[in-house]
Amino acid sequence: MFRRIMLGLALCAAQIGVMAEVAPEAFVQQLSTEVIDAVKADKAIQAGDVGRIRSLVDTKIVPNVNLQRMVVKSVGPQWRSASPEQQKRLTEEFKTYLINTYAGALTQVKDQNVKLRPMRTGTNPNEVVVGTDVVGKGEPIQLDYRLEKAGDAWKIFDFNVLGLWATDSFRNQFSRDLSAGGIDALIERLSEKNKTNAGNKS
Amino acid sequence: MTLRRVAALWLAGAAVLVLNGCATTSGTRGDPLEGVNRAVFSFNETFDRALLKPVATGYEAVLPEFVRNSIENFFSNFNDAWSAVNQLLQAKPAAALEMGLRFGVNTVFGFGGFVDVAGAGIERRQEDFGQTLGRWGMPPGPYLVLPILGPSTLRDTAGLVLDIQAVPEAFLDQRPERWALGTLHVISVRAGLLSATRALDEIALDKYSLVRDGYLARRRRLVYDGNPPDEPETPDNDTTEDSPPK
Repeated sequence: MFRRIMLGLALCAAQIGVMAEVAPEAFVQQLSTEVIDAVKADKAIQAGDVGRIRSLVDTKIVPNVNLQRMVVKSVGPQWRSASPEQQKRLTEEFKTYLINTYAGALTQVKDQNVKLRPMRTGTNPNEVVVGTDVVGKGEPIQLDYRLEKAGDAWKIFDFNVLGLWATDSFRNQFSRDLSAGGIDALIERLSEKNKTNAGNKS
Repeated sequence: MTLRRVAALWLAGAAVLVLNGCATTSGTRGDPLEGVNRAVFSFNETFDRALLKPVATGYEAVLPEFVRNSIENFFSNFNDAWSAVNQLLQAKPAAALEMGLRFGVNTVFGFGGFVDVAGAGIERRQEDFGQTLGRWGMPPGPYLVLPILGPSTLRDTAGLVLDIQAVPEAFLDQRPERWALGTLHVISVRAGLLSATRALDEIALDKYSLVRDGYLARRRRLVYDGNPPDEPETPDNDTTEDSPPK
């Protein structure tokens, strides 16, 4: 009888183990470690092969990002006045731009490690901020993420470098073109930038 | 043209730009002087492209890495002592002691600071007088772009007046030596930033606002030693434009 209860408990525990959702810190730690290890292991990336870094970001990071939410946040109120066609093109250009931005930051990675900072609990359990320090030579670089719950997993919808949230920065940078020429001007500007960056091989 | 006349002309030009700036744009939050700031920013960019960056690139190409590192270490070591002073002024004796120790160790065992013996063993926490003013509650004030020196705020500019007395070149009596060391200092700093500014140029759509937002956010964090009070998140479907001037 006792053994059966124990077995039952053990099974139950195993079940819980399988069902348990990934903790947001664990998600960030794993993603950061994976990316940094990939950068360190790749000789081509070390040599400054931007194309390789971009494909790394595309395959490892982008699937964990809620791109739609980021683009809406970055564009601001004008998003809703854009036609579906404009929204589609804007999202495409934004994605490339975001990949380039992240890849640009990764070119600065040399012998760094990522350490989690203690997490502060907010009011909304489905949206959390996880803070990390990228530690290497010199001052540690603060890199934080805003995560939203997506089923059992988490998705990034904003990130913060040295105190600056990406979407806040994007919004301020986009606002010039938006107020000068609206959505089309912004699409044009992003597409120009992406083309220039595509030409840069290192 | 004498230096004084240049300065007068520059001020007159700046005044015109300020007035223009006020007339055309009300500026973003925290940046009421955006018009004149943008003008100085583009002057700085031109200056950098024409002179500073090429010289720094040459410096990086000509000198071997260990020489550049030693020079950088020398200036950073001096800065560590100034950080210790500021930590003391901010009533952070433990941190001050640590930075003081860092300075001592590197000065004695690192051949006057050319070798960073302390390394990561004693973490470097850079503090300047602008941070000290911030620590005691002085708000940053409007964002300012200084000619040549770049991004700052009214408070940090006030701090800078003391900060520039604490660089090694300020302790030299002879003019030529002072200028030589000062020039080396500037080139060394710029060379250290080459790869970062390259990345910045690649990602910036509006470099002015990216640099400004980055500078203000970073300074805010530094003043709070990495733990600034939470700021409300900009809502996803924010419909409010920048609040009208009161």
